[in-house]
Amino acid sequence: MSFASRSKMKKVTPVQRDYQLLAQSIEPTRPIARNCMRAFIAGGAICFVGEALMKVFQRYFGFTEQTAGNPTVAVLILLSVILTAFGVYDKIAQWAGAGSAVPVTGFANSLCSAAIEHKSEGLVLGTGGNMFKLAGSVIVFGTVSAFAVGIVHWIIGIKG
Amino acid sequence: MMDFVWAVLVGGAICVIGQLMMDVGKLTPAHTMTILVIAGAVLDGISFGGVSLYDRFIDFAGAGATVPITSFGNALVHGATKELQDNGWIGILTGIFELTSAGITAAIVFSFLAALVARPRG
Repeated sequence: MSFASRSKMKKVTPVQRDYQLLAQSIEPTRPIARNCMRAFIAGGAICFVGEALMKVFQRYFGFTEQTAGNPTVAVLILLSVILTAFGVYDKIAQWAGAGSAVPVTGFANSLCSAAIEHKSEGLVLGTGGNMFKLAGSVIVFGTVSAFAVGIVHWIIGIKG
Repeated sequence: MMDFVWAVLVGGAICVIGQLMMDVGKLTPAHTMTILVIAGAVLDGISFGGVSLYDRFIDFAGAGATVPITSFGNALVHGATKELQDNGWIGILTGIFELTSAGITAAIVFSFLAALVARPRG
């Protein structure tokens, strides 16, 4: 039981609580082991492609181990956007769960699918306004936490 | 060759952690991604012998550490601390997006182009 549902339990009537318990008992259990296997296979495969791209960028384009990450991420994002535009990524995501959501390709997928989905509302209000509808939380919390870490570094003077 | 093995094992393991947060923790995908990004940012903030924990992690796992979304948090902190070192406190504001620019710009531009040509489905 999650924190959210536990805190909700406090304010419900006995009848509601009984119903929640009943609903919980007949809720289909998630196949956790199978989902984790799939997440591992899909996530591992995406990282395998990433590692191969990194090696190519290091060997043929003169990037170092530290700088090869940027072009690798850019290529993975391009691949993800193409697959999303053709509707393939969502099919992979249904099978892979977190395996396709956790890598940066999932970040690109959430931007791209929101951009395409809201196209009917117009390019400015639809695509432009909704592109970060799903990915926004990642950017906001990432930026705020990075800012906090930066402030801590500044105060205690680790400086990188 | 071992680079590939570690990339797959570590990258796969991070995805399993994400899956467990969704299945066992019953978090939404958005909450899961947000927590992973914050984890990446915090891990990069902790230095150990002059090198941040996430950097050591990248040295060891390669793409297994740079491809999952945790590296986004890492890159945000890295840009901020690098500029902090070079330019003082203003660097925290100017540097945060320095290294993630490639990923965010690529995602925005490609997604916009895709939205121009693709038709909504389902």
